[in-house]
Amino acid sequence: MLLLQANTTDLFAVRELNLIVPEIILTVAACVALVMEVLLPNRRSRWVGYFALGGVLLAAASVVAAWVTYGVGFPLTGFYGMVRLDGFAVVFKLIFLLAAALTIAVSLRYLDVESEQRGEFYALVLFALTGMMFLASGYDLIVLFISLELMALTFYVLVSFTRRERRSNEAGMKYFLLGAFSSGVLLYGMSLLYGIAGSTNLGDIAASVNSILHAPGADETTAVPLRPMLLLGMIALAAGLFFKISAVPFHMWAPDAYEGAPTPVTAFLSTGSKAASFALFARIFLEGLGGMRAEWAPLLGVVAAITIMVGNWAAVTQTNSKRLLAYSSVSNAGYLLLGIIAANRYGYVGLALYLLVYTLMNIGAFGIIISLHRRGVVGEQVDDLKGLAQKDPVMAAAMAVFMLSLGGLPLTGGFIGKWFLFGGLLQRGKEEGKNWYYWLALWAIINTVVSFYYYVRFIRVMYLDERAADVRPLSLSPALRVALGVAVFGIIAVGVYPQPFINFAQSIVSSLAGAVGGTIAVR
Amino acid sequence: MIPLSWYLALSAVLFTIGVAGVVIKRNVISMFMCIELMLNAVNLSLVAFSSYFRDAAGQLFVFIVMTVAAAEAAVGLGIIIAVFRNRESLDVDDASVMRN
Repeated sequence: MLLLQANTTDLFAVRELNLIVPEIILTVAACVALVMEVLLPNRRSRWVGYFALGGVLLAAASVVAAWVTYGVGFPLTGFYGMVRLDGFAVVFKLIFLLAAALTIAVSLRYLDVESEQRGEFYALVLFALTGMMFLASGYDLIVLFISLELMALTFYVLVSFTRRERRSNEAGMKYFLLGAFSSGVLLYGMSLLYGIAGSTNLGDIAASVNSILHAPGADETTAVPLRPMLLLGMIALAAGLFFKISAVPFHMWAPDAYEGAPTPVTAFLSTGSKAASFALFARIFLEGLGGMRAEWAPLLGVVAAITIMVGNWAAVTQTNSKRLLAYSSVSNAGYLLLGIIAANRYGYVGLALYLLVYTLMNIGAFGIIISLHRRGVVGEQVDDLKGLAQKDPVMAAAMAVFMLSLGGLPLTGGFIGKWFLFGGLLQRGKEEGKNWYYWLALWAIINTVVSFYYYVRFIRVMYLDERAADVRPLSLSPALRVALGVAVFGIIAVGVYPQPFINFAQSIVSSLAGAVGGTIAVR
Repeated sequence: MIPLSWYLALSAVLFTIGVAGVVIKRNVISMFMCIELMLNAVNLSLVAFSSYFRDAAGQLFVFIVMTVAAAEAAVGLGIIIAVFRNRESLDVDDASVMRN
């Protein structure tokens, strides 16, 4: 308290700590969770889980409080411009917190079944969450890199958490090798950006990118000496980020890591980590490199088109539901890229809204797979869902909602998210008068139809296939039920009455460059 | 005084060797060493830029990268040991329980 009463220390103003209150809460909670695990009596590690859940909720409350208190003054910067709190950061932070809370809720019972109930798991989730939070509010290459690595390193451990299981080890090893490799590539791009701007601050980088590309007399033909270096840096950054969001051609790790990881970690990896990587993508490309949009938009467009196709077509033939959802996650990375390509109000809203809905429906789907995982039953095949409609009609209905939303059926949240993503692309095409935006949107819509084939397969197996002999009850816990209930409610709420969620997502726009004025109202 | 471009060329060459090593090598430890080589190539270019601009941020970045690399080594070797315990091989091509 004495510290808080003082106005400044030698290095920074103490009130700047207000900008990182949620991160401080999470770091402290993670450290306490580690200590709790040692001090608690045997077989009480569940308590650590509940404690971590409390920490996440407290951090969420502090994010909301900061939004209410300082919302008018956004963006706020502190720590020599390294941390920037704005609408973009708040929206993404709330998405990460939601993902982490749901993940902890679905993992409580799963770890019991796996006999791996240990408190470190929850501490690791909290550390990964801290990294994600700083990714959303970092405004400096150093902060962004170190928070990305904090997230990635904890995920390497989480993926290989069930260490007696060969698949989990292998998944951890592959994820580690490719993740570390991609971090190296990303870092090379960052060093080139530093070399161009002479500063690691994204704002300074944006200014010097603009001055290089739009200097008097600089156009395509005149040789600007720094231009090749800038392009190389952009490509290295894009390649590193394509790895992180699992876009083709750097998606090979995703199916193995998703299949081998413990299912709650898969859920967190496919939602939290992906959302955080998109936050990083948006910060670097829309703010730092916003001036060279003409250069990167076609590159991202090609990658998005291929990603959507490969993800959807590879998912069709899968029989393991975790692997199937991994390919679905690859294709969703492609859809989300459309929002960054569009880079207008519709695109941004689509990006935030679709990430929110995607978090709900993906963790929900993995939650159902978790409930099928009992002692002696792996429950990871699509066919393991046979007879679920008779055994537990509520769970089967929830799974149907998740699958229809992933496919993008109207009245579900997935439809609204895709609507804005595709709509942003069309709008951008109209503004710039370039045809490839229309073709890309059309291509995405065609592939969405393909994706229904494998999403509906889940529903067909649950409702139409003959009942399997497996009569053992599902492994459900109260926390899992609540998490699934929140997911179903959220998806339907976004689908039926999207206006408040659109308003929420719109606060991302105020802080990103290139947005057009006005607000979006539902017709 | 050695011009900046020489440092950058060396850094690019080292980085390329690292990338090629990760792609070609099949042993996990060798691949990991190549990744470290990539990180150190980046460090070289960061230090070169830092001294060119007379700006401390680049050197600060290098310290952070070194710290992260050390943490990465700890986590990575831990995972590699867990893998080795389960199957007594460090060839990535043997890691094929999941294949499709």
